[in-house]
Amino acid sequence: MKELVIVSGKGGTGKTTITASLTALASDLIIADCDVDAPNLHLLLGPDIQFSEEFIESKVAVINPELCTQCGVCESACKFDAISSTFQVDPILCEGCGVCFISCPVNAIEMQERLSGYIYNSKTSYGPMAHALLLPGESNSGKLVTRVRALASKLAEKHERDLILTDGPPGIACAAIATITGASAGLVVTEPTVPAIHDLKRILDLFQHFKIPVMVLINKADLNIRKSEEIADYCQRNDIPIVGQLDYDLKMYEAVVAGLPIVEYAPSNRLSKALKAIWKRVEKQLDAF
Amino acid sequence: MNIAIASGKGGTGKTSVSVNLALSVPGPVQVLDCDADEPNVHTLLPLKTEEIEPVFTMIPEFDEVKCTQSKKCAAFCPNHAIFVGKTGIQFFPELCYGCGGCILSCPNQAIKEGKRQLGVTKSGLTAEGVQVVYGDLNVGEPLVVPVIKAVKNRASKQNRVTVILDCPPGVSCPMVESVHGSDYCLLVTEPTPFGLHDLQLAVDTIRQLEIPIGVVVNRAGIGDKQVYSYCASEQIPILLEIPHSRKIAELFAEGIPFVTQLPEWQPKFERLFRTIQERID
Ligand code: SF4
Ligand code: SF4
Ligand code: SF4
Repeated sequence: MKELVIVSGKGGTGKTTITASLTALASDLIIADCDVDAPNLHLLLGPDIQFSEEFIESKVAVINPELCTQCGVCESACKFDAISSTFQVDPILCEGCGVCFISCPVNAIEMQERLSGYIYNSKTSYGPMAHALLLPGESNSGKLVTRVRALASKLAEKHERDLILTDGPPGIACAAIATITGASAGLVVTEPTVPAIHDLKRILDLFQHFKIPVMVLINKADLNIRKSEEIADYCQRNDIPIVGQLDYDLKMYEAVVAGLPIVEYAPSNRLSKALKAIWKRVEKQLDAF
Repeated sequence: MNIAIASGKGGTGKTSVSVNLALSVPGPVQVLDCDADEPNVHTLLPLKTEEIEPVFTMIPEFDEVKCTQSKKCAAFCPNHAIFVGKTGIQFFPELCYGCGGCILSCPNQAIKEGKRQLGVTKSGLTAEGVQVVYGDLNVGEPLVVPVIKAVKNRASKQNRVTVILDCPPGVSCPMVESVHGSDYCLLVTEPTPFGLHDLQLAVDTIRQLEIPIGVVVNRAGIGDKQVYSYCASEQIPILLEIPHSRKIAELFAEGIPFVTQLPEWQPKFERLFRTIQERID
């Protein structure tokens, strides 16, 4: 079984719209959305939720004002500045570590379970889908990503599918690392802009750091042909295959408004044709790695 | 005055708004790039010189002589970063978030505070005289929040300085940490179903922080009208619309803030700044 993760470093390069189209072009796959903070893939794939599970991973400290003597021990022990000078816990800042709980001399603090999000097991017309939603302001996005990937593997086994296609989060920190570690290969969707190229180099370094093979797709390539060439040169020098280029085309946004992958919304559009060729190359590359 | 520029969805134009606003605000300005895993402000506003400071997180340092293998530290650690076996202590630094609980739990004072470097903050002036501070997380390092805190610690304490915080995308802890404590939050969105979906998540998040919100609609003209009806029904003011324009996209590609080439935009950003000022007062 192979797991291909699609990431971008910088947000807004078109990662999710492209993932949706590759999903529609692939056959016999499992879909996973690991952008648990701000998931969007479901808006194009229209999943029908079969099963949802609460994601309870951490705790939150609660101070009982009737027992609290306002001694201040917890406030200075908390490394996350989550306890105010009036001895109230700010649940948004509290990491649930429990240091205040073990420090309080009068046992005035209780650690309560906290709901951080939901994990969904869904059906789409393209295949089974594992996805999630992190509640606003919650931490632990990395752990939620790990749970989504575990669900996707389970679904792959159950449905005997050979491929998991994963839409990843932006950035290169916690959630991105949790998405790519142990994956078979990565596809980075980039664009020829100065900020995106900066971020591309960092995410390619991240793949190298974890020794995961990676390929690159240049989206909006005609926005700046010189910069697209710069990306191609950089990839060539570093032995990273480029699986294709797509032009900047507002049709992409129309498909998003219609709530469909562009290959379904406008199958004869030039972007759709290019995407079909790209998917063939991605499949080949995936086998070659 | 601290203005946070955020968005749920990535790539809606947060950094572009931050930079163009910084170049249009009258008086001294500082930009804090809180997107420490993918900092971009300095790619649009290059710094003449960079002053670099390391960022550390606390990690436990074990004294194997004093350790009696009570395993109290491992039992406490919420992240399972410590394993005490027959051969001694195994510690997994990348799992540790520095809460200090293991130190407090050890009955033999066998653990003291050590440190581990996560990245750096860099600070400097641009040719235009804007002060920029940004975080640079080490590649492969998951723990970004302490770097964001370090960037915010370098915020100007002077009242007359306008501080603009370019925040990371998403709605989880890095974004919350960045926006926390700001006087105003500007959410940048695009008028598509993606933009709307993530705007709603961002509004829910910022409302928990009780910070006033305004919206900038970027790439106006593409997509649909749902972002507008959502803002109207939630009584969230739309303070600026930036139309979809290939010219603006091309300038961004070159790493050029568009107010410098399209001067008619400077008064619009200045007006945006004044409106925010009035709304805070
Ligand atoms: S549980 Fe940890 S983070 Fe939360 S208030 Fe207590 S010490 Fe602070
Ligand atoms: S340590 Fe306990 S008693 Fe002291 S201020 Fe905190 S909650 Fe109150
Ligand atoms: S500081 Fe906290 S997270 Fe780190 S090892 Fe100790 S108990 Fe675990």
